Amino acid sequence: MKRLLVNITAAVGLMALASTAAFSDGAATLRQGEPIASEAQAPKMNKVENNDVKRVRNYPEQPPTIPHQTRDYEISLNANKCLSCHARTRTGESQAPMVSVTHYMDRDNQVLATVSPRRYFCNQCHVTQVTAPPLVENEFIDVEHIIKGE
Amino acid sequence: MLTPIKKLWGFACRIWSSANRPAKHLSIGFLTIGGFVAGVMFWGGFNTALELTNTEEFCVSCHEMGDNVFVELKPTIHYSNRSGVRATCPDCHVPHNWTDKISRKMQASKEVWGKLFGTINTREKFQAERRRLAGHEWERLKANNSLECRNCHSTESMDITVQSTRAAEAHQAFLFTGEKTCIDCHKGIAHELPDMTGVEGWE
Repeated sequence: MKRLLVNITAAVGLMALASTAAFSDGAATLRQGEPIASEAQAPKMNKVENNDVKRVRNYPEQPPTIPHQTRDYEISLNANKCLSCHARTRTGESQAPMVSVTHYMDRDNQVLATVSPRRYFCNQCHVTQVTAPPLVENEFIDVEHIIKGE
Repeated sequence: MLTPIKKLWGFACRIWSSANRPAKHLSIGFLTIGGFVAGVMFWGGFNTALELTNTEEFCVSCHEMGDNVFVELKPTIHYSNRSGVRATCPDCHVPHNWTDKISRKMQASKEVWGKLFGTINTREKFQAERRRLAGHEWERLKANNSLECRNCHSTESMDITVQSTRAAEAHQAFLFTGEKTCIDCHKGIAHELPDMTGVEGWE
């Protein structure tokens, strides 16, 4: 009887220790060490890059990033503001890069007259960039460097 | 058969003859000063009523405006921005010049009709009419060379060196040359757009 009591006490004590350990640092990683009961200060919002300078793509198939602000640019069933400059027929006036020809193709590689519906929602792939420090360390190596054995 | 018309004519004649006669009992001082005071009161009252209908609170008091276009305005830069200067409904939708303002107000009497008969009293009805209604505003701004935009955004004060390259190039090529006016490119900057099929400059 006495041994059983000791065993139960030990088990409860271990569990309590384990749970405090989990709450004190294990679960706190996403909260930057902020205790669960208090509210952390929101990080500063970063500025959207607006320099109209192309970024190098990290790999050939990467959708190019948007080098300008797109606040309030409507992309809906009714209207697509991006196409006002980037559509084939608009590039003469806007001098903006034309939407890639792949965007005019349907899934059978048939080239259509207008942008294919499956490619209509630009910001599914193309995104603006902000001047923010990376949240986690990035170990990506450009294939170019791997080929050269660097 | 002719008697009611004759009666009415007689009544009109009597009014005219009494209005055409000099005042018998009232002094000229009373008439001039009284007329002046009444004029001030009438004009003041008219202008106050006009200004009252020229506020955002008045526009948004109808749910047609409050639930549709006003909620759409809120996330845009004309409502919320870094400097806190904002545009209210009449800043863009009512001409500031007096005669133009009065003619727009007279047109707006049609909107009272629409309100009474519920032309756009649901979101669906509003969406169905959206292209036509937006078209009216585009036409008005096109006709007056985007005057309501230019009440705040003047070309003289626009420093293109602090604009982004593409904005500076576009303004130099189309705005400064007078080839285009603000609304030609800047549609849907304060509200959601209607179906833009067939609108110039949209795919």
